[in-house]
Amino acid sequence: MVENVKALLKAHENLAREVYLDNENSTVVPKEVTDAMLPYYSKKAYGNPTLTHKPGWEAFEVIMESAQKISKSLSAKILEEITFTPGATEANNLALMGAAFANKHKGTKIVISEIEPINVLHVTDLLKKFGFTTTKVPVDTEGFLDLEKLKEAVDKETVLASVSMANNEIGTIQPIKEAVDIVKGKNPEILFHTDASDAYGRIPVNVQDLKVDLATVSSYKILGPRGMGALYVKEGVNVDKILEGQIGTQKLWPGVENTPLIVGFTKASELVFQDFEANVAHMRKMRDKLVDGILGELSDVKFNGAKGDKRVPDNANISIMRCEGEALTIELSLKGVYVSSGSACSRRLLQPSHVLVAIGRRFSEAHGSILMKTTRCHTEEDITYVLEVLPSAVNRIRGIVGSTGVD
Amino acid sequence: MSRVPLPYTQKVLDLFRNPKNLGKLEDANVISVAGNPACGDMITFYMKINEQDVIEKISFESYGCAANIATASIVTEMIKGLHVENAWKDVTWKKVTDEVGGLPSVKFHCGILAVGAVKRAIRKYYEQKGAAPDWLPKDFTFEEKQALEEEELAQKLSKRLKAAEEK
Repeated sequence: MVENVKALLKAHENLAREVYLDNENSTVVPKEVTDAMLPYYSKKAYGNPTLTHKPGWEAFEVIMESAQKISKSLSAKILEEITFTPGATEANNLALMGAAFANKHKGTKIVISEIEPINVLHVTDLLKKFGFTTTKVPVDTEGFLDLEKLKEAVDKETVLASVSMANNEIGTIQPIKEAVDIVKGKNPEILFHTDASDAYGRIPVNVQDLKVDLATVSSYKILGPRGMGALYVKEGVNVDKILEGQIGTQKLWPGVENTPLIVGFTKASELVFQDFEANVAHMRKMRDKLVDGILGELSDVKFNGAKGDKRVPDNANISIMRCEGEALTIELSLKGVYVSSGSACSRRLLQPSHVLVAIGRRFSEAHGSILMKTTRCHTEEDITYVLEVLPSAVNRIRGIVGSTGVD
Repeated sequence: MSRVPLPYTQKVLDLFRNPKNLGKLEDANVISVAGNPACGDMITFYMKINEQDVIEKISFESYGCAANIATASIVTEMIKGLHVENAWKDVTWKKVTDEVGGLPSVKFHCGILAVGAVKRAIRKYYEQKGAAPDWLPKDFTFEEKQALEEEELAQKLSKRLKAAEEK
């Protein structure tokens, strides 16, 4: 297996340029972020923050300052509302399981949207084993939540609702505030969680204004290091911890705090918010150049998700007909352009992106979809290069397809 | 999004980059299709089988991932010039998988689909002729059944999708 990978990597030698657009799944971490992290491995604050010595107190200080900064960036009330977790997956697991378990006496029904990310969907599947049932509320062809159906779905037995603020695949921004009002209007006891990973750093996320009880954010989605995220838990909201171990500064997450990653996440957050308007404008400019270029150059393509200001500024999701997505990701990789696809191709169960299916795309449209996210670090030259290589890559794959696979 | 790690072999990558016997065949007398675009996995074979039942020419088109393209391509090379009886008996999905240097297990169905399409072509050839030889089994082989199963699954999923839309 490793030999195979070595051969694949050898095929990528002498690339003219590399452009990483797969920011859905990981990120290039800017130098300012890694520079900020490095001292925390060996120069300072390398101690355990719960212990009584200088390196421990240094760690305690920087973790609390970081929590304060992240809490401010979300307009939370106090820093204790922030729990650092090893990523958004863990934060979503903690939010759903922790809130469900702690409040089971109030009910066992959960309501989510049908386009929630896998780390919400699969957690609700798991919660079935613990006696919870989940209703999935449908979305329209642009991915907007059906608020009428949401209202119908919640009742006195509902304990938790979870709707992502911006969808991770198609970038549609949900009316979270209205959704919270509807849910709490019917039953004020219901806890509302939002996965804000794809909204944070792109649109303002103000947890007090949104009136959510729980919110997830991710470090790598704002160009911080992987393996770090946070869960906002509103003061007074009951959430059980879901892992056991030595408890440190994080009441809801046991184990030794990963200080360098917390510092990196916080630095990334500072960088995105210190010049927020300009950063967002840049993402949007790069994204629009990319999308306009692709839609202008290629025939038989479809833009997936909402348009304009109801879509986060970094997300581009396009279905390319008569072009299987996984084949295209490989062809593009050989030219130094890295994207992901909604194709089901790697699975025997043949399930394409559930988000694209939910907005009414045909399976073949989902198989031919590519997902790209622009960042404040992409340059005009990067996007120009992508637009140079993409049409020939698509045309080569379409050449192999011929008249096969047209439904 | 495809998340299973897929370390393709050098051979798969080579065939993906430079597929052999690609495209339509103008003088084909048998055309067979297997798979479904809803599965993201579909192959068409074009064959010219001569009067001595030898596969004189073969080409393919493929809507699918790199493994789908590579297995379809290698199958054309494996059976070109063979008598259909040998093509039927000697070309198994395991041999196809070996010929491309192995496949990740989640991609085995690509080789199975390619062989299923070949068997379908051979059956079709004899149907067109009007008489089947004794060596041709009446029951579907494993590969043909798998191809059918995949197509039925695709249809089921499409139907479910339509039903959901109508609701």
